[in-house]
Amino acid sequence: MTIEVALFYVFALVAVLGALGLLLNFRNLVAGAICLVATMVSLGAIYVLLGAYFLAAVQIMVYAGAIVVVFLFVIMLLNIRTDVFTPSQQLLFKIFGILIAGFVLFQFLTAIAGGLPAFPTTPDGFGGYRDIAGALFARGDAREGTQVVGDFILPFEIASLLLLAAIVGSVVLAKRRLE
Amino acid sequence: MIPVEHVLGLSAILFLIGTVGALTRRNIIVLLMCIELMLNAASLAFVGFNRLWPVKEAGATVSALNGQVFVLMVIVVATAEVAVGLGIVISLFRNRDSMNVEDVSLLKW
Repeated sequence: MTIEVALFYVFALVAVLGALGLLLNFRNLVAGAICLVATMVSLGAIYVLLGAYFLAAVQIMVYAGAIVVVFLFVIMLLNIRTDVFTPSQQLLFKIFGILIAGFVLFQFLTAIAGGLPAFPTTPDGFGGYRDIAGALFARGDAREGTQVVGDFILPFEIASLLLLAAIVGSVVLAKRRLE
Repeated sequence: MIPVEHVLGLSAILFLIGTVGALTRRNIIVLLMCIELMLNAASLAFVGFNRLWPVKEAGATVSALNGQVFVLMVIVVATAEVAVGLGIVISLFRNRDSMNVEDVSLLKW
């Protein structure tokens, strides 16, 4: 087992543990958000191992750095610490949700274990520790940039429109006072 | 070489943890966080598959970046969703003084 594969399993374990921490933590919302940060950061590390350097940087900056911080702002602003719900509904929802999730997970895993069609594979970009910085600034970024403003110009523009709509929407939501 | 099946397995497990959270938890903020988790799991599957699509470029075989551009778009959508969603959560808390999704049933038939 090479170091890349071993590191992949370590980060995968951290990601799953963080997600479980978010799921099973009923007492403290702030701790749940911190668990989500752990998941996001290990996903960023996995992106590095898979050769997606630019995405790894974006993942850590946007998810761990911006989105979860906004979540934490809202949690602390509204001063809510605990999850409140009625017990009878809780049990029903739990059984229902876990049944559906178990079924879908079974389907996913059997489909994956059934084997994928044979693709020719490309080597991983993670060729030794010392090359990460060079690879980050030399290869991935320029090519990704060319593709974003080249082949994917229309989705790129639509994304800018979407962000504009989100800005306007959140300002409207924050300003309006409902009676 | 990390096996793609294992990447997909991790993606499926994370997605299902997010699904269980979205179906069982009743707190709106936890619901939004679980939806973020599901989006991330889907992004991971995209990045895993992205490696399987080689192109020839200047003599060397490198992976195409289409999957990574998809993930970039997913991140944009997730950011917009969080901005609007948390705005809704705040105005909801102002009006209803509650974080429970059961208290927001005006549109439920």
